[in-house]
Amino acid sequence: MPTHEHLRLILEYLWIIPLLPLLGSAVNGLLGAKWPNKFVTGVALGSTGLSFACALEAVREFFADGQASFRKEFFDWIIAGNFRAGFDLQLDQLTVVMVLVVTGVGFLIHIYATGYMAHEGGYYRFFSYLNLFMFFMLILVLAANFVLLFVGWEGVGLCSYLLIGFYFLKKSAADAGKKAFIVNRIGDFGFMLGMFLLFRAFGSLDFQTVFAKAATWQPDAMGQFGTLTIACLLLFMGATGKSAQLPLYVWLPDAMEGPTPVSALIHAATMVTAGVYVVARSHVLFTHAPTAMYVVAIVGCATAIFAATIGMVQPDIKKVLAYSTVSQLGYMFLACGVGAFGAGIFHLMTHSFFKALLFLSAGSVIHAMGGEQDMWHMGGLASKIKVTFVCMLFGTIAITGFAPFAGFFSKDAILFAAYQSENSGKALYGIGLLAAIFTSFYMFRLVWLTFGGEKRYDEHHVHVHESPGSMTVPLMILALLSLVGGWFAAPALGNGPNYFADFLAPVFGNAEAPSSHTHSLELTLSIVAVLAAALGLIVAWRMYSGKVSRGTSTGLHKILYNKYYVDELYQATIVGPLVWLSRNIFWKVVDVGMIDGSVDGIAHGTEAVGDTVRHTQSGNVRSYAVWVIIGAIVILAIIFWPLWRPAFFVATSGGVR
Amino acid sequence: MVPTNYYLILSAILFGLGIVGFVFKRNIITLFMAIELMLNAVNLAFVAFSQSLGKPDGEVFVLFVIVVAAAEAAVGLGIIILTARNRRSLNVERVDLLKL
Amino acid sequence: MTAPLVIFFVLAALAVFGAVSLILQRHPIHSALSLIVVMVALAGLYLLMGAEFVAAVQIIVYGGAIMVLFIFVIMLLNAGLEERTNFSRLATYAGIPLALAVSGLIAAAIVRSGGHLPAPAPSGALTSTKTLSMLLFTEFVYPFELTSFLILVAILGAIVLAQREN
Repeated sequence: MPTHEHLRLILEYLWIIPLLPLLGSAVNGLLGAKWPNKFVTGVALGSTGLSFACALEAVREFFADGQASFRKEFFDWIIAGNFRAGFDLQLDQLTVVMVLVVTGVGFLIHIYATGYMAHEGGYYRFFSYLNLFMFFMLILVLAANFVLLFVGWEGVGLCSYLLIGFYFLKKSAADAGKKAFIVNRIGDFGFMLGMFLLFRAFGSLDFQTVFAKAATWQPDAMGQFGTLTIACLLLFMGATGKSAQLPLYVWLPDAMEGPTPVSALIHAATMVTAGVYVVARSHVLFTHAPTAMYVVAIVGCATAIFAATIGMVQPDIKKVLAYSTVSQLGYMFLACGVGAFGAGIFHLMTHSFFKALLFLSAGSVIHAMGGEQDMWHMGGLASKIKVTFVCMLFGTIAITGFAPFAGFFSKDAILFAAYQSENSGKALYGIGLLAAIFTSFYMFRLVWLTFGGEKRYDEHHVHVHESPGSMTVPLMILALLSLVGGWFAAPALGNGPNYFADFLAPVFGNAEAPSSHTHSLELTLSIVAVLAAALGLIVAWRMYSGKVSRGTSTGLHKILYNKYYVDELYQATIVGPLVWLSRNIFWKVVDVGMIDGSVDGIAHGTEAVGDTVRHTQSGNVRSYAVWVIIGAIVILAIIFWPLWRPAFFVATSGGVR
Repeated sequence: MVPTNYYLILSAILFGLGIVGFVFKRNIITLFMAIELMLNAVNLAFVAFSQSLGKPDGEVFVLFVIVVAAAEAAVGLGIIILTARNRRSLNVERVDLLKL
Repeated sequence: MTAPLVIFFVLAALAVFGAVSLILQRHPIHSALSLIVVMVALAGLYLLMGAEFVAAVQIIVYGGAIMVLFIFVIMLLNAGLEERTNFSRLATYAGIPLALAVSGLIAAAIVRSGGHLPAPAPSGALTSTKTLSMLLFTEFVYPFELTSFLILVAILGAIVLAQREN
């Protein structure tokens, strides 16, 4: 049917969604150096906006089509024997969520960045990198096989490095970029091993094939480290690197060296969620490997509380948000670990709204304060930058989980699922609840230190002003999303359907229909969660509203302030020895000594030989004569050789005739 | 009758003596004379073989050797005269410009 | 001990004596005279073998022309006693052993090859002047003409080389 064909316009050319930002990146990168800012802005916003529009259209076509999932192979990329990895893109409900989040939130952040970065050098370079990041992230979420996903995975790591080290002349920024890339690489090692194992087990890396075959396998028992368990653990290792969980989270706080829009887009809303996406996408594998799921849950829970404790004492506004991100990602992994993949993705979506909002608001504060990031030098800003204050407040209420904001529904779903899990679910729930209290505490601490109390800065040096419209409009849109983003699941409170879970049901399987017993349990737990958030708020209010001073850092506070000395530990145990090894063994011994030495050695050897042989050319006729005679003897010996052999034999054989 | 071998061995001895002279003598002219000695030794061998085998070709070759030796002596001595004029010495070890 | 053998040994001893004398004399003129002795002895040996023409040519050309040339050059250059320089250690130590090696190799080869050659004897017509000149102008006429050319070149060379600078 003609209309049927027409409907699938974007779906047939699904690659247009990642391609547009790539084109924008190339144009800005190659040509933008000489352009005025508004051209660069036009290209960047145009490509991202168009990509978002195409994503919307693709989603519309997908639903109009009515099929469960759409997959198209565009071209063969790798064909080796029986193995094929193609440039195949797919669209199902999970991808829909991810694509819309990436393009939508990404677009809003792009708009914000045009205002934030307006006076920065390298404007075109920033947007080139940002668009390149969008390209890779979209490849990641649209990929239909692990190999293409890994391309996107690596690509976003690269863009993260480029953007964190955007102010490359500053050593701390360059170091942070390196740290992010290297720590990611460690995780990627695990991810690749997981991919290899999956290929060996299933003979293919296409999602369709792998998940279909895995579904027929017998699930591993708890504590059994079968193929699926090991593969899942390895994939999760990659996820801990990319999504900053224990023990590979150390790069994320350092990544705050990058410009704030980068922190918002990459390290809050999209890149760091790639790990959660992978785990959710591979849910078939994980549900067959309960040990791996348990590990995921424990790591997620531990990270959530660990990062929350550190965030409680940080003075830098962006660092608090960074640790908050690590903590919230822990919640997402906790959800996946207890089997509530839908809840994890739900939290991913709401988190991207309010975390992007929080980061962008922080950026607005920093912009207003002329670059100041230390909260102890802020204070009393509420009346001066009203819009930013309200938006930040929206974000804070959302993250702490007060109804009816978005965070309430998503965090609630996670804690409820954790409580019901049979593998130490109650303990997981308890820790998660404690982390929620801490979350509330550090977020309201942030709000009060920044906006409340008296000002702790010198008004003559800092001219506080509200941000321009390009920055505040996206803030307001995100604030709205932080309010309403969770309402998909709202009817579940009143015994109605959970639209979000139903939406993802074709991917994850149907959620249990809530019986009345579990329904009242769920309500109870929701109220407990709100009370926990309130507790955190009250403690923060008591401590940080009004006049506050910094005080000295001792004991437990000191340990938290220094992030449990984890960086120092890594430096001493891993980084230090490796650098020593590289410098003293690989560089001095192998490279300089052996490789350079052998090359130089050949030169020296030739020189030495020449130096020695040169003495034969003495100019003395008599020596030359001797050499001629020696040559003659050799020739004579060769000519007369046949005469010697039989004679020799006759002589030794005693003259037998 | 004298066996051929005797002549040949005499030829070898003379040749060896010529080599000794060539290596040890320092006067250029004497060096040249040692070369002539070597040529003579070879001539002896040629004639011995020629008479022994009954083919006159060897002796014809001897004539050629003598002719060439004569030509060589003429040109060689001319060069020696020039060298002696230039270096003001007849010591072959003083002619050592071709060294590294 | 037949007469030819005795004559052979006498002439051989004379030749060797002349050669040794050539090496051991310190004045080049003495070396030249020693060489003449060697050549005369060899001419005698050629006669003994029956190669009269070669013997004659040896005396006339070698002894009478080449050696005279040598002596003239020695006279012209006013060659004196030989200097006793020794710049080459290699030559000093390796000279005699190498010479011994060469002659030893050749001699050993001669001896070990069985020595089934007939003794050289004057065979009259076979090696007479007539036969030689027939060969020279028929079979070997090409090398013969080349040698005359060679002589011409040598003459020219000698003249050019020995000219005094103008």
